[in-house]
Amino acid sequence: MTKQEALYQYLLRMGDDSLILGQRLSELCGHGPILEEDIATTNISLDLIGQATLLLEYAGSLADEPKSNDELAFLRIEKEYTNTLLVEQPNGNFGDTMMRQFLFDAYRKPLLEHLLQSTDIRLSGIAEKALKETKYHLRHSSEWVIRLGDGTAESHDKIQAALDALYRYADELFFENEVDAVLLKKGIIPSAKIIFPFWKKTVTEVLEMATIAIPKNNWKFQGGREGRHSEHMGFLLAEMQYMQRTYPNMEW
Amino acid sequence: MMEIDIKELEKNFQKKIDKDIRIEPNDWMPDAYRKTLIRQISQHAHSEVVGMLPEGNWITRAPNLRRKAVLLAKVQDEAGHGLYLYSAAETLGADREQTIDDLHSGKAKYSSIFNYPTLSWADMGAIGWLVDGAAIMNQVPLCRCSYGPYARAMVRVCKEESFHQRQGFEIMTKLAAGTQAQKEMAQDAFNRFWWPALMMFGPSDADSSHTEQSMNWKIKRHTNDELRQMFVDATVPQAELIGLTIPDKDLKWNEAKDGYDYGAINWDEFWQVVGGNGPCNKERVDARRKAKDDGKWVVEAAMAFAQKRSAKKSA
Amino acid sequence: MEKSKEWPLWEVFIRSKQGLNHKHVGSLRASDATMAIKNARDVYTRRSEGISIWVVPSNNITASDPNNEDSLFEPAQSKVYRHPTFYDVPDGISHM
Repeated sequence: MTKQEALYQYLLRMGDDSLILGQRLSELCGHGPILEEDIATTNISLDLIGQATLLLEYAGSLADEPKSNDELAFLRIEKEYTNTLLVEQPNGNFGDTMMRQFLFDAYRKPLLEHLLQSTDIRLSGIAEKALKETKYHLRHSSEWVIRLGDGTAESHDKIQAALDALYRYADELFFENEVDAVLLKKGIIPSAKIIFPFWKKTVTEVLEMATIAIPKNNWKFQGGREGRHSEHMGFLLAEMQYMQRTYPNMEW
Repeated sequence: MMEIDIKELEKNFQKKIDKDIRIEPNDWMPDAYRKTLIRQISQHAHSEVVGMLPEGNWITRAPNLRRKAVLLAKVQDEAGHGLYLYSAAETLGADREQTIDDLHSGKAKYSSIFNYPTLSWADMGAIGWLVDGAAIMNQVPLCRCSYGPYARAMVRVCKEESFHQRQGFEIMTKLAAGTQAQKEMAQDAFNRFWWPALMMFGPSDADSSHTEQSMNWKIKRHTNDELRQMFVDATVPQAELIGLTIPDKDLKWNEAKDGYDYGAINWDEFWQVVGGNGPCNKERVDARRKAKDDGKWVVEAAMAFAQKRSAKKSA
Repeated sequence: MEKSKEWPLWEVFIRSKQGLNHKHVGSLRASDATMAIKNARDVYTRRSEGISIWVVPSNNITASDPNNEDSLFEPAQSKVYRHPTFYDVPDGISHM
């Protein structure tokens, strides 16, 4: 695998994580628990879609036949998306949404921090912008996880249930294959093994403050990074791609 | 308070209004002024918040990344505007939660345009261009409204809304210059939203119960029909420019009044939709009620958490 | 919902740029001060309107009584000697 192919794949992963999570959060616009939170969630969604725009634009420029970010976002088939299973999970209740966000942010922040050192200038530039946003996302999601965990009995049970359901998808955030090997050698990306302890530390601290526990059953799910998604993904794409599929080759 | 005092207060109040001195929250004001404002501001707030739904309906299906981001930002602005307006109503003693419960129970009204469905992507263009365009016509004069907090909220809203109409018109322009399918989509959306947009200015002056008093209080600066005329005169040339046909066979330029004459508005439809019989009234209110009901445990948890923390601090 | 569960109201003050005062911009609901700051950031600075935020619980603000407007503020109006324009300065003196 060439460096260019590997970087293309890696940018798709990051771009797809941002895109799919941003898409999920955008479903909530107008339906938040209180107006102030509706606005906050939408801000996060906007940040993620902005990140996807930059990442997929860069990816597209590296493809064998150059593609626009919109082509990549809207016209691939399901198997070609390589976001993690975590980010495509449905919004569920507000606790599910915040827990999904928290598990992701706790990974994304140290990843972006390390990408600042990337030997690839364009990638480190994107990381710099995204990091400012992601720090805020992490603060937001961890504060909510703590609030809900240490709030009422009902909210405690709900956020614990959210963790129980989502924790199995967290492991895939640290997926590595030959893409990583190629890029690691060139100093373009950090190893997932370096990111993991940062994630673990944040998660441990926040869950402790939230008075909730990591589930005992340590079964892990993977597949998204290799294009094997959950049943939810097809519906998400059907909705997201509706216009591009129904009216091909048009300007909007 | 003695009647003579109230008369005196009312006189002084009207004097302030006539001199264009703004009324602030703690100033004395007639009960009817307060009630009128609460009704108008909360209706306005509800319109912003309910107005998120028809456009929210297309965020997940926006045709490209740029449009998705723009639409998200726009709908988010509407949440912000709702919030500014609920805040303005709170300065008059209208508790936000109570105000919102009145919306959910059907007691409070909101702009009836949002009870129409959004059936295609072009509806995002039509809403931004026509509905926000009509809203801006209404809102610009409100920046000079006699009640300070309302006027200040409107200044903020108007400043932020300037991009809303443009993004809508941009969508329409693109579609109108696109393929046959896109042109048809644009014309269809225009046909569906034109008349409801004209209805947004409210009943004809002859049938409008609040206009005169509101004008005296400078809550309102133009009559419904004046604003409607301004909107028609501004919009017709825009439609012509991008090649859309106004769905009104009676529309024609009237040299004498230096404005367009337009056909009769279907006021039966207007009153039916206001009264709850529009295509989406139930869906809209249900969606807002559901958001609040689903969020109840979240709101309670945050409050419980805050109380625990402040107890810990003071312990 | 019981009234006591509603989040308290906060007044928001924003410094738009370094060197200017914080200025009142509006209010919002939040369960605690941390959340109030974050909500203020999302609600009132979406277009880079600020670089610093203050939040104050609305019920902690004491306001002057508008009925005493005359006795509070009119006495200052007659003390014109507090304003520099009150004084005559001969022609030819520019920076004073």
